[in-house]
Amino acid sequence: MSDHPAARSTSHPYPGKLIIVEGIDGSGKSTQLLLLHKWLESKGHKVFFTEWNSSDLVKDTTKRGKKTKSLTPTTFSLLHATDFASRLYHDILPPLKAGMLVLADRYMYTAFARDVVRGVSPEWVRKLYSFAIRPDMAFYFKVPIEIAISRLLGGTRGQFKYYEAGMDMNLSQDVTESFRIFQSRILAQYDKIVDEFDLITMDATKDIAEQQNEMRRVVEAALIDYKPRRGTHGRRTVFWRRFDVPKSE
Amino acid sequence: MGRSTHIEMLQEWLEVQGYGVMTTGWTRSNLMSKTIEMAKEGNILDRWSFTLLYATDFADRLEHQVIPALRSGFIVLADRYIYTALARDFVRSGDRRWVRDVFGFALVPDLVCYLRIDVETLVLRVIESKGMNFWESGMDLRLGGDLYDSFKKYQSLLIEEFDKMTEEFKFEVIDARKSPEEIQEELQNKIRPLLSNHLESPAVLVDSVAHPSPTT
Repeated sequence: MSDHPAARSTSHPYPGKLIIVEGIDGSGKSTQLLLLHKWLESKGHKVFFTEWNSSDLVKDTTKRGKKTKSLTPTTFSLLHATDFASRLYHDILPPLKAGMLVLADRYMYTAFARDVVRGVSPEWVRKLYSFAIRPDMAFYFKVPIEIAISRLLGGTRGQFKYYEAGMDMNLSQDVTESFRIFQSRILAQYDKIVDEFDLITMDATKDIAEQQNEMRRVVEAALIDYKPRRGTHGRRTVFWRRFDVPKSE
Repeated sequence: MGRSTHIEMLQEWLEVQGYGVMTTGWTRSNLMSKTIEMAKEGNILDRWSFTLLYATDFADRLEHQVIPALRSGFIVLADRYIYTALARDFVRSGDRRWVRDVFGFALVPDLVCYLRIDVETLVLRVIESKGMNFWESGMDLRLGGDLYDSFKKYQSLLIEEFDKMTEEFKFEVIDARKSPEEIQEELQNKIRPLLSNHLESPAVLVDSVAHPSPTT
């Protein structure tokens, strides 16, 4: 295990901190990360955010490949690795080296879970990502599949998308059923990954504020020795609601 | 330049004999060719993305074109293979392991022909043809003060690495300074033995660091 390619990647030597979230779609991880982001900024930190498959370099290619359904497990995996490399180089390392906070929605563990379910070699995909730095904190939002499904169908999503439901794997003609099978397999992979890489498991069925408070507690403890570095003065953003002030006042 | 012409001639030679032939070339995949072109026009490519873009292109071609062709009994002629990527990554990183791991899924070719040229002749040929561009000169590495110096240094490093890989991957080396007719004859001589026991179609690859092409 200690000779494992991914275990070889050491924690980074930079003054900044990298915090990541993982979980299947519908786990609520993105919401939690957003709330964390706002909280950290309200404390005066400069926070950077990056998310999976967002780099200009391959975003269009991935979109096109998905549209034409021509992505194979290997090309799918490699495209995402390309995106990851580009974001690591441009969006993650510079702020980290400058001593700032970086939040990432999904990290290499997504590849380890998803790509492996698609049939890619687990050893190969870990070697592929061996250039990645280890995050300072990694949260895994664990959610039962049925709750994820109802959240996604009931919310703004509506329909499951082809690749998201694993339709390329011919698991079922029905999109929802395919999603259920595909994402359940990903959940199984995540369970292994939690042990392999020491991810912090969060109960994604708890209510939002409860999860957030727990997350903040963990982050606060981990940031005790962190010295924030700013080039400009931090804007203390405070949560506030607009009140309609009666004109007569 | 020389390489693609030779592949065309080999294709014709084989087809005349009745073999089905498919050709494939570097960065020509439907999925990636535009992306790679655009990425190279900009200046945002880091070392890993550079290699990974090629790996994605390669995987796409391997899975959609090469493997189906081989299964159908075709002979596949590849203009460049993974060795180009291995050399380019090594020159940029000094590390051999990662890039070999990335390309671990590649098929082992039945034949690899390395059209070897020395850097002096290469420089002359390139200047006489299309000139040196940013990437072929390895300008991202800042090896020299200008395009010419950088080109020479970069290509020398690539040639050095190709020479080392000759042993590792059992390349058949052909002197690219010879005349096109001589080179074509040598290529055919090397391919012919693979055909005589023709039960499965071989995958034949022609690779060279010495012939810059528009798709570097």
